[in-house]
Amino acid sequence: MSSGMPHAATGATDAEAAEGRVYTVGGEDWEEIVAAAQSEDFESGERMVVNMGPQHPSTHGVLRLVLTLEGETVAEVRPAIGYLHTGIEKNMEYRTWTQGVTFCTRADYLMPIFNETAYCLAVERLLGIEDKVPERAQIIRVLMMEINRISSHLGGIAPMGLELGATTIYTQGARWRERTLDLLELITGLRMNHAFIRPGGVSQDLPPGALDAIRAFLDSSQPLVRRLHALIDANPIFVGRNKDIAYLDLEGCMALGVTGPILRATGLPWDLRKSQPYCGYETYDFDVPTVDTCDAYGRYLIRMREMDESMKIMRQCVDRLAARGAGGPEKDPVMIRDAKIGWPAALSLGPDGLGPSPEHIAHIMGQSMEALIHHFKIITEGFRVPAGQAYAAIESPRGELGAHVVSDGDTRPYRVHLRDPSFTHLQAVAAMCEGGMVADLIPAIASLDPVMGGVDR
Amino acid sequence: VSDAEQPPKASAEQTHGSEAPQGPNPPADEAAAAGADGDLPVRLGQERLNAPVVRTGMFGTHGTPDTSGFGLLRVHRAPLLDSPRPYGSYFDVVADALGNALQADGLGFSDAVEHVVADRGELTFYVRRERLPEVAAKLRDDPELRFELCSGVSGVHYPEDTGRELHAVYHMLSITHNRRVRLEVSVPDADPHVPSLVGVYPTCNWHERETWDFFGIIFDGHPSLTRIEMPDDWKGHPQRKDYPLGGIPVEYRGATVPPPEDRRHYS
Repeated sequence: MSSGMPHAATGATDAEAAEGRVYTVGGEDWEEIVAAAQSEDFESGERMVVNMGPQHPSTHGVLRLVLTLEGETVAEVRPAIGYLHTGIEKNMEYRTWTQGVTFCTRADYLMPIFNETAYCLAVERLLGIEDKVPERAQIIRVLMMEINRISSHLGGIAPMGLELGATTIYTQGARWRERTLDLLELITGLRMNHAFIRPGGVSQDLPPGALDAIRAFLDSSQPLVRRLHALIDANPIFVGRNKDIAYLDLEGCMALGVTGPILRATGLPWDLRKSQPYCGYETYDFDVPTVDTCDAYGRYLIRMREMDESMKIMRQCVDRLAARGAGGPEKDPVMIRDAKIGWPAALSLGPDGLGPSPEHIAHIMGQSMEALIHHFKIITEGFRVPAGQAYAAIESPRGELGAHVVSDGDTRPYRVHLRDPSFTHLQAVAAMCEGGMVADLIPAIASLDPVMGGVDR
Repeated sequence: VSDAEQPPKASAEQTHGSEAPQGPNPPADEAAAAGADGDLPVRLGQERLNAPVVRTGMFGTHGTPDTSGFGLLRVHRAPLLDSPRPYGSYFDVVADALGNALQADGLGFSDAVEHVVADRGELTFYVRRERLPEVAAKLRDDPELRFELCSGVSGVHYPEDTGRELHAVYHMLSITHNRRVRLEVSVPDADPHVPSLVGVYPTCNWHERETWDFFGIIFDGHPSLTRIEMPDDWKGHPQRKDYPLGGIPVEYRGATVPPPEDRRHYS
């Protein structure tokens, strides 16, 4: 088990690799490879080991696949990962509980809001404040998660088309996704890596005009949805490339720990928002779409229908927020009313940039010594979390996203582990693709929608 | 913080043990009593003071430029080490079903499970490592349990917990019964062997490779236990506590920001 052993994913020792014939494809030398494959000393039935990635336009990120081919049939496929490992979990052990949000948001970069929420729910369970997070914050969390779910699903569907050569699917999908990113930017200030969800609530209330912008998005999305459906649903090439491809049934999903749209494409309506609700999902009216085709096309359909459900939830969030009226730290806060945990500063944009609001500065500098101490303590030290461990799981666009958080009573996490669905799902590539055609590998991986930031963390 | 300033562990546990442990289901009247002004800061402050915690080292800063006076204050609630019956919620049903399933194989519950903790609405079985595959198989197959899905392995390194330095934590999910349970196995650093669960839950394959890569826990019986995130020739296991984070000081406008490891830290 020492470091001297070769990587399992290569499937061959260095000595074996050295014995075989090795061709390095550098571009414009394809003739040479074809000639070699057709030459007389290339025995029929001989297997060819092809390295695909990690820099490849169809692997959905820096994923490396080691393929053993018999002609055009995939005999073995071994995914190799680790090219995007940045030590997010280790880094979080050296920052305060609140700063941890800034790191975990970067794990799966297509669903930052979900990473933050899973982590914050675990921290809140450790603190025992799950039921004290203000309702307004929970509504905003749900709203943000559903916006992010749409942008993440579009980030899966659009490249799914691109990787099959359908540029229009990509441009149409990316165009719609851009609108969701505009919403996220309006609310959090950033298109990704938001660090918006914090232990105890969210970092700030919705800015003025946000509800109108979301309503405008919801109203104008219908033509875009229709256009995407019209473009893809019955497209003979898309259907031909995806239907009955990458088959994975319920049994396979259970054994391999596969959840999310892939599991729901086997006909099982398992959605943590329904079965183990969090952030008040039990109070929203939405459906869990399923199909029973177990294939790549079914997963596409599920993602499309889930976006419709997300918009349904977003509309309910907007209505609830509109009914509550304007928020405020006293009237309707978005952060827990516990001075020892809640981040004190309501941020506002001043002439010199973003900073604590003038009211907050006036309060701590001129009115309340206690508030000043709380502000100082929480910003320099952070808060302490009672020792113990918690596992919070949420339904991310890709499946069950779990945060296993351990505290030893310190101001910093003792250990944070993100159970990322992409990491788990990539294990299923071999089960879905071995024995199939090499061309089917591309829609198979696209239908898993892995994001390497989450896989490698 | 030196050992002398750590809260006395045994007494902390006693303190916690003597108090009524916070079960997964707080009594209903407590929630009702909170009422309209239940979340006012003054009330929350009172709750915190009543919570079973140990506060030590309030004053006395040594060897640190921190002069705030409270630099060494430790508010510490020791983790629960053992929960008494009843555990509450569905936890008793799961524990009984597991006991019965093990009994059918002639195994006592305590032969396989060292102790049980029900804390913050989550149930943890601390399993003896040699019994892990049997317990996992029972959890998966017994009709009363049916934990079909394993969410993988998460390692935790406790260098100060002599003889039990490395922990492997498994989270199980039952879709049939809509329940969750956690298995935890601890092994000494000198003998970091845990039986592999790949035979029971194939999804553990990559998760165990990751835990080997980051913590150095050897999963016996794994089909190919190799590094997964770090390069093949990497030395050491990066998520262990004795492995440095690394980093360099960064200069910005004349001031130098030390790497995160060397920054002042309040414990």
